[in-house]
Amino acid sequence: MFRKLEEKDLAVLREIVGAERLFSHDAIHPDYTHDEMILYGKGQPEALVQIKSTEEASRILAYANQEGLPITPRGAGTGLCGGCVPLVGGIVLSTALMNRILEIDRDTMTAVVEPGVLLMELQAAASEQGLLYAPDPGEKSATIGGNVMTNAGGMRAVRYGVTRDYVRGMQVVLADGEILELGGKIAKNSSGYSLKDLLVGSEGTLGIVTRLTLKLLPSPKKMISLLIPFNRLDDALKAVPKIMQLPFVATTIEFMEKEVLDDAQEYLGKDFPNRDYPAYLIVSYSGSSTQEIETMLDQAANCAMENGALDVFLSDTEERQESIWNARGAFLEAIKNSTTEMDECDVVLNIDCVAEFIAFTRVCAERYQLRIRSFGHAGDGNLHVYVCRDQMEESAWQTALKACMDGFYRKARELGGQVSGEHGIGHAKREYLKQSIGSVQLALMKKIKAAFDPNGILNPGKVLDD
Amino acid sequence: MKILVCIKQVPDTQKVQVDPETGVLIREGIETKMNPYDLIALETGMQILKKMGGTLDVLTMGPPAAEEVLMEAFALGANEAWLMSDRRFAGADVLATSYTLAQGIQAMGKEFDLILCGKQTIDGDTAQVGPAIAEVLEIPHVSWVKKIESVSKTSLIVQQEQMDVLARIEVSLPCLLTVEKGIVQPRLPSYIKKRMADRKMIHWMTLDQCPDRDPKRYGLNGSATQVERMFEPEASAEAVQWEKSSGENAALLADLLKKKKFIQGGNDHGRIED
Repeated sequence: MFRKLEEKDLAVLREIVGAERLFSHDAIHPDYTHDEMILYGKGQPEALVQIKSTEEASRILAYANQEGLPITPRGAGTGLCGGCVPLVGGIVLSTALMNRILEIDRDTMTAVVEPGVLLMELQAAASEQGLLYAPDPGEKSATIGGNVMTNAGGMRAVRYGVTRDYVRGMQVVLADGEILELGGKIAKNSSGYSLKDLLVGSEGTLGIVTRLTLKLLPSPKKMISLLIPFNRLDDALKAVPKIMQLPFVATTIEFMEKEVLDDAQEYLGKDFPNRDYPAYLIVSYSGSSTQEIETMLDQAANCAMENGALDVFLSDTEERQESIWNARGAFLEAIKNSTTEMDECDVVLNIDCVAEFIAFTRVCAERYQLRIRSFGHAGDGNLHVYVCRDQMEESAWQTALKACMDGFYRKARELGGQVSGEHGIGHAKREYLKQSIGSVQLALMKKIKAAFDPNGILNPGKVLDD
Repeated sequence: MKILVCIKQVPDTQKVQVDPETGVLIREGIETKMNPYDLIALETGMQILKKMGGTLDVLTMGPPAAEEVLMEAFALGANEAWLMSDRRFAGADVLATSYTLAQGIQAMGKEFDLILCGKQTIDGDTAQVGPAIAEVLEIPHVSWVKKIESVSKTSLIVQQEQMDVLARIEVSLPCLLTVEKGIVQPRLPSYIKKRMADRKMIHWMTLDQCPDRDPKRYGLNGSATQVERMFEPEASAEAVQWEKSSGENAALLADLLKKKKFIQGGNDHGRIED
């Protein structure tokens, strides 16, 4: 248990950040009590500090560590598993105002940014220089700090990998206020344990990141997306491994069903270019010339049609790409909009197990009388499965939802999958993580946590149980 | 129903650049695509066909390379494609272009029930060629169509986007419509249809096939427009700023959105006349 904040604590915080960036109790905007998944509950912070420098973070942490005050770090609050919810009150430390792009270095192909920079801002800044920040999580208004702390994935992971693959260096403030520099602009590093990679995906439980050095790539000149219709989702998913065996790598392979497109149309008030078929894949390729793209297109289209595709629709201009990707980007919000309450599951599986898992979700929908919607990254096995409450009565919903989610995670374990592909654990998925990783790994994780944060002040109750 | 859609190949860029010295559009290194409004016209035609049955032809005027947009039209479901290509057509303004296309339509020898054009092209931007074709052909036209309410064998009921009101118009066939953005979502080209399409399927036409073979009516010779100067328009971002109470700001914003017809309101704006 942590003690409550007192006036003397607020005075210290005020002295560090100034009165205009310190808020306490009722003056804290309700947004700071939750993330995007209100279903997982809210937490009332006692203080909110909006830091603007590493030094401020260092002084706040040193004080909180000494006084035993809990710190919940927060970026844009777009998380999906309660990672930034202040479960035990204390101090919410927002890095949103540390939002400067410090450098786009063309010579080393890196960007140096503060953690509060938004994903869309970084992507735009890189693009202006003809460079690409490759990770592309759906939520573009998330902060880079949040992306790094959850090791966010996104739609381009098939070809480019995930956020962790793009973090070259970081400045991090440890629980006792010590400032540490990990990695740098260097492209390789075999110098001891990679603490940087451990920090990525640690959801604010090991330290507060205050600066990031990120890898950039040359921007591809041409892009094409193929919208590929199938009679059954099963056929679509079974075609994915075949498409991945082609001698060039797709940037993106997404799957979707007509029902989700209908939800997206309802939500956006805009029609999708094609809704005539029950299931679709979207496969994208990028390259340096029209000729290269044409070759990929021919081989991929033929491969898809040999494996059950009914046609292949081509998206090759900006307007066409927008018509597809705007809808795809709105799926989560569209499903949310279609129901009264929902819960989600972000498991990751071997790509040849996706079809079996989706078939299992249908069995669960039938068994528990729940409406279930799915879409996701067929090319890397990361699914987003949404269980919708609709008009179900509260206690029946809670019972059915729990049984259904338990079933999902059990099935994922049986198939050799993991609890989260890209959203993280937060506090919502802790129990499932525990079941999934086993006691030895769990004990090691707890020792690591204790080594970084002996007093347990950093984001208490997240990832691991206390 | 026999439908014709007029299409144009335009530069595939959001930013059209003009050579400041010669005043000519810079086309080098810029790829081409079908004018986005024409894609909307083509989709409108396809959706009418779905209800009414019939055929859909496409027509373009341009250099031989304009074959590309016709091939794309095949991949989008067009039945026949016509290319008017002749050096004597070059340099045409609105008057000469619309006259040439109207001549082509007459030369095709098909009695089209409906001719569809995009509201405007994204390179020329005049929004006049469609209506001018209708004038030459002496058929009725409705421009800025944002919705087709109903289609029969003899007439259409359409909604026309005017500055402050929406007009509901019944127009008899044959007629010409120019369509607005948002009327339909254009489909994507089909790989199967693309593979089946063959350049040999394109009908070529030159001035020699036109009923009126007077070269003074075509190209630069037939153009009444004198271009004084071409230049890039200055970029401007129109912005409104209110600094009143949040309640007053909200009311002003709601009024503006109603005026722009983004939302429906209780005033005369956005009213559909019936």
